[in-house]
Amino acid sequence: MPRHKLIASESDVSIEVDEGKDNEFSLYYVEVEENSKGGKEKQATRDGKRRRARNGEVSRRRASEKRTTNMANKRAEKKHEKHHKTTRKEGERHRKRQRRRIADEEEAEEESSKEKKNIKNERTKTLKLEDEKEKDVKKKRKKHVKNQEDDANPGKTKQKDCQDVPLKEKKKKRKKPETTSESESQSESQSESNSDSEAKDNQAVGVLGSLTPEELEKLKEAVDERKKLITTIKGKPWPMKKKLVILRESQEFVEKYEGALGKGKGRKLYAYKVLMMKKWMKFERDLENFKTACIPWEMKIKEIESHFGSSVASYFIFLRWMYGINMILFGLTFGLVMVPEALMGKPYGSMPRKTVPREEEASAMNFAVLWDFGGYAKYSVLFYGYYNNQRAIGWLKFRMPLSYFLVGVGTVAYSYMVVIRTMARNANEEGGGDDTSFNFSWKTFTSWDYLIGNPETADNKFASITTSFKEAIVEEQESRKDDNIHLTRFLRVLANFLVLCCLAGSGYLIYFVVRRSQKFALEGLENYGWWERNEVNMVMSLLGMFCPMLFDVISTLENYHPRIALQWQLGRIFALFLGNLYTFIIALMDAIQLKRAEEEIVKKNMTIWQANLYNGTVPDNSTAPPITVHPADVPRGPCWETMVGQEFVRLIISDTMTTYITLLIGDFIRAVLVRFLNNCWCWDLEYGFPSYSEFDVSGNVLGLIFNQGMIWMGAFYAPCLPALNLLRLHVSMYLQCWAVMCCNVPQERVFKASGSNNFYMAMLLVILFLSTLPAIYTIVSFPPSFDCGPFSGKNRMFDVIQETLETDFPAWFGKVFSYASNPGLVLPFLLLLVLAIYYLQSTSKTYKRVNMELKKKLQTQNEENKKKNKLAALKAANELEQARKAGEQRSNSASDLGVNEESSSLDEAGHHRQAGQNGRLIHPSQSQHAQSSEPPVSSTHTTTRPPASRSHTASGHLPGHPQQPQKNSHSNRR
Amino acid sequence: MGNKQTIFTSQQLDAYQDCTYFTRKEILRLFHRYRDLAPQLVPLDYKNQPEVRLPYELIGSMPELKDNPFRQRIAEVFSEDGEGNMTLDDFLDMFSVLSEMAPRDLKAYYAFKIYDFNNDDFICKSDLEKTLNKLTRNELTEDEVRMVCEKVMDEADLDNDGRLSLEDFQHMIVRAPDFLSTFHIRI
Repeated sequence: MPRHKLIASESDVSIEVDEGKDNEFSLYYVEVEENSKGGKEKQATRDGKRRRARNGEVSRRRASEKRTTNMANKRAEKKHEKHHKTTRKEGERHRKRQRRRIADEEEAEEESSKEKKNIKNERTKTLKLEDEKEKDVKKKRKKHVKNQEDDANPGKTKQKDCQDVPLKEKKKKRKKPETTSESESQSESQSESNSDSEAKDNQAVGVLGSLTPEELEKLKEAVDERKKLITTIKGKPWPMKKKLVILRESQEFVEKYEGALGKGKGRKLYAYKVLMMKKWMKFERDLENFKTACIPWEMKIKEIESHFGSSVASYFIFLRWMYGINMILFGLTFGLVMVPEALMGKPYGSMPRKTVPREEEASAMNFAVLWDFGGYAKYSVLFYGYYNNQRAIGWLKFRMPLSYFLVGVGTVAYSYMVVIRTMARNANEEGGGDDTSFNFSWKTFTSWDYLIGNPETADNKFASITTSFKEAIVEEQESRKDDNIHLTRFLRVLANFLVLCCLAGSGYLIYFVVRRSQKFALEGLENYGWWERNEVNMVMSLLGMFCPMLFDVISTLENYHPRIALQWQLGRIFALFLGNLYTFIIALMDAIQLKRAEEEIVKKNMTIWQANLYNGTVPDNSTAPPITVHPADVPRGPCWETMVGQEFVRLIISDTMTTYITLLIGDFIRAVLVRFLNNCWCWDLEYGFPSYSEFDVSGNVLGLIFNQGMIWMGAFYAPCLPALNLLRLHVSMYLQCWAVMCCNVPQERVFKASGSNNFYMAMLLVILFLSTLPAIYTIVSFPPSFDCGPFSGKNRMFDVIQETLETDFPAWFGKVFSYASNPGLVLPFLLLLVLAIYYLQSTSKTYKRVNMELKKKLQTQNEENKKKNKLAALKAANELEQARKAGEQRSNSASDLGVNEESSSLDEAGHHRQAGQNGRLIHPSQSQHAQSSEPPVSSTHTTTRPPASRSHTASGHLPGHPQQPQKNSHSNRR
Repeated sequence: MGNKQTIFTSQQLDAYQDCTYFTRKEILRLFHRYRDLAPQLVPLDYKNQPEVRLPYELIGSMPELKDNPFRQRIAEVFSEDGEGNMTLDDFLDMFSVLSEMAPRDLKAYYAFKIYDFNNDDFICKSDLEKTLNKLTRNELTEDEVRMVCEKVMDEADLDNDGRLSLEDFQHMIVRAPDFLSTFHIRI
C-alpha cells in the first residue's frame, strides 16, 4: 500500500515499474553503492577476515570474488550465532542502514534470475580490478567526502558482531526492503523512465565497470533529483514518518554518489565543492535559526493573535515592522552623524554654535526647558544647529557635512525602498483576490480564522460568520430593496458635509493657533504659561483624538455596510491628519520666513558688533592676536533649522504623551471602573453603556503612520528623531500589548486583516511622499543659516555634493558628473524612464487580460470535457451491457480475475492522481498532462491487460475485458 | 544557542528541520508543548523514537485548537491512525502545515482533507452541510444551508459532477484573498 502511494505521488511522468524491475533497481543500487565506496568495502573485507579468524569458520565458498553476493547470507548467519552481545546505541542508525541493505541483497538474491547472478559475478570481478586501480584516488576521496562514513565504519564493524533479537530483525526485514526498493525505484524511474529494462541492465554493468559520461550524467541527474527532493520534502503532503524515511534515503543516496561524480582531477575538486556546499547549507540553516530567534515579541503577538484574531495582531505585526525600519534609520543617523560629531567634532563650548548663549545660561538646565528641548538639549548633537561646517573632522578625516547630507537623503531613500518592496511582496502573496466569482465558497472555506484560541472571540466569530452568510443569502435572493433611497442619499450628503465642516474647522483652528504661537514667540515666551507654549501640539493632539470619534458618530447617519463604512472612516481620519499636518507645515514655513528676516538683521548687527570689537581695542593691526571673546557672548542668528527640528520633536513628544494618556484613561481607567463599579450600579456596566473598549485597529495604524510621517519630515533637522521614535515604539509595544490583553474586549464585528495590509502600506507610501515634499522643498529653496549647522556658509545645502566632487575626486570625475547632469542628458533619461514604466504597465495589463481569457477557456473546456465524458460514459455503459450479454456465455472465472485486477489498478490510479495533483497549482497544461498520462500508468501495473487507449472516448475497449470501458471513463471523469 | 538539549540527537533535529517549516528552537518548543499535554506519557528522551501516542482528547484540548470548530477533523487528518491520536511526528506535521511558512498548495491540500468529512476524496453536499453547520453552530435553517451548498457547488464545481474534487477546491482556494492569513496556527 505505501509503495503504491509513493510511486504514484512521486512522478506523474511515467512509471513503468513492475516487481522485477524493482529488484533490478535495488540490485543496481546495492552494487553501485559498493562500487562507489571501494575503501569501505575493503574495510568490510578486513572485518570479514577478522571475524572468520575469530570464529574459526572459514568457508571456501566465500571466495573474494563472490563476496558481494554472499555477504548477506554470511552476515545473517553471523547474526543468528552471536545475538548474545549487547547493542550499542551509537551504532543504531548504521545498524539499521546495514540491515536494510542486507535485506535488500537477500531479496535480490531470492528473486533475481540466474543470469543476473552471472552478470553480477562478472561485475564484481570488474569491480575488483577497478577497485585496485582506483585505490589511491578513492582513499583521497574518502578523506574528503566520506568523513561521516569513516566515522560510521567503526560502528559498523562492531555492529556486525553485535546483534538484535531475531524477532526484531525479522520485522525489519519485512518492513525495510519495501521502503528502500520503492524509493530506489522511484528515483530511478524519475531519471530513467524512458529506458527499458535492457538498457538499464547494460547501464548497471557500465556503472560497475567504468563510469562512462552518460552514466555519470544520469547518476548526476539522480543525485540532483534527490537533492531537490531533500529541499522540497517539507512541502510534500506526506505523513512525517514517510518524509523522514525518504529524507534519510535520499540523504544517504546523495552522500554515497556525490563522491562518485566528477572524474579524474575534477573529482577532488568536486568532492571539495560538495563538502563546502554542505558546510554552507549548515551555516545557512544556523543563520536562519538565529534570524528567527532574533525576531522580537513573537510570543506576545501570538498570544494577542489567539485572543483577538488576526486583525488586531496585524496591527502589532505592523508596529514591529515599523520598529525594524526605525531601527535602521536610527542606526544610520546615530552611527554616521551623531556619534562622529560627538567623538571627533569640536567639543561643547568651543564655538558659538556649540554653546548656550549667555542670556539663556541661567535657565539652561531647568527641567521645563530641557523637556521643551531648549537649553543644553538645543545646543547638542540632537539638533542641526550644533554641527560644524568643518569639511573633515578627526583623524579619520570624516566628511561631516557630506555625511549629514547623505544620511538625510539615505534615510528617505531607504524608507521608499522598503515600503515599495514590502508592497510588491504583499501584492504577490495576495494573488488574485479581485475575483468575486467564489463568494460563497470563500465564505464557507476561508472564513474561519484558525488563529482564534479564545472562547469569546470564537463566539463573536461564529456570530459574524452567521450574519455574513445571512446577509449574502438575502443579497442573493433579491437585490436589496432600498426602502427610502432619497432619505439615505440626503443623509449621506449631510454626513459628508458635516465631515467637511469638521475638517475645515480643525484646519482653521490649527492655523489660528500656530499664528498665535508665533505672536507669543515674538513677544517672548517667558511671559506666558505652559498652555501658551504648548498650544499647537496640544490642539493638534486633541483634534486627532476627538475628531475620529465625531466621524464615527457622523458615519452612523450614512448606513453603509460595515466594511465600506470602515473605509470611509479611514479615509476621513487620513484627510484630517493630513490637513492638520499640512496646516502645521504651512504655519511653520511662515515661521521660517520670519526667522530668516530676523537672521538678516542679526547678520548686519554682527558686522557692526565685530567692527566695534576690533575698533574698540586694537586699531586694525593684523599681526596682533585676535581678541578672544567667550563663545557664549557672541551674537548669533536664530537658526531656523534648529527651530524646525525642535517643533517636530515637541510634536512627537506631545503626540506620544496623548497616545499613552488616552490609553490609560480611555482603556485602563474605564475598564477598572466598569469592572469594579459594576457590583454597585443600577445597570449592567459590562454589557450596557460604557462596557469595555475595543481595540481600534484602524485608528492605531493611522496614528502610527502619521507619527512615522513626522519622523521622516523632521529627521533632517533633528537627528535625534529616529532615536526618540524608536523609544516610543518600544514603549508602546509593551504598553499596548499589556493594555490590549488586560482591558480590551474582542471586536464584535470581526474584520478580516486581509487586504488591509497593503492598504496601510499604500497610506504609508502616500505619507512618506507627502512628508518628504516639504523637507525637500526647504532643503532646495532656502539657504542654510549663516552661523549654525553643517552647511553654514553655503548658498544651498546640496552644494556640499559639488564641493566634495571638486575637492575629493579627480578633476575628470567632476567633469563627467557635470556632463551627466546637464539637461540634455537628464531629460532623455527621464523620458526613457517614463517610457519604460508605460511599457511595463501595458504589458502587465495585457498579461492580466490573457490570464482572464485563459481562465474562461479553462472553464469552457472543463464543461466541454464534462459533456464529452458523460457521452462517453453513456456509450460505455451501452457497450458494457452488450459485452456483458456476450460475455455471460463465456467463462466466468476469467472475468472474475479481470475484475480483481481492475479494482486494484483503479485504486492505484486513484492514488496516483490524487497525490500527483497536490503540491502545485493547477495549470491548464498540467492538468491536461496529468489526465493524458493517466491511462498508461494504470495499464502498466498489471501485465495481463493490453494498454488502455489514451483517447477520452472508450473506443479502445476489447470485448474480452468487459470492465475496461467503465474504468476508463471513470478515470477520465475525475 | 545552547547545545544542551538531550531530547533529540542532532541528526533527528536536522531531519525534522528538513521535513517541517520549523527552526530548531521551534521544534524544541513544540516538543515541550506536546509533552506538556501529558507529561507522564511522553518521555524526555526521543532518541530512540518511542512509540507514544496522545489521545485526541488531549490534542483537542490545546488552547490553539479547543475553539476551532474543525479541531476533530484536523486531528484526524494529521494523525496516522485517522482517529485523532497523535504521535510527536504527527503533531509536528500538523503545525508545520499550519505554520506561516507553509506554501499555499500544501495548505490547500490539507484544507481539502479537513473539509472532506467522509474521507472519500471529494467534498460532497453532506461535507458542505457539515462544514456550514460547524461554522455557524447550526444557526442557519435547512433551506439556507441547502441554498449555500448549491451556490458553492455552482461556483466551484468546474466539472459539474455535483461534488468538489481536489482540483476544484484548489482552483477555488488559491484565489481566496484570506485563505493564507486564516488557515494558519501560530504556536
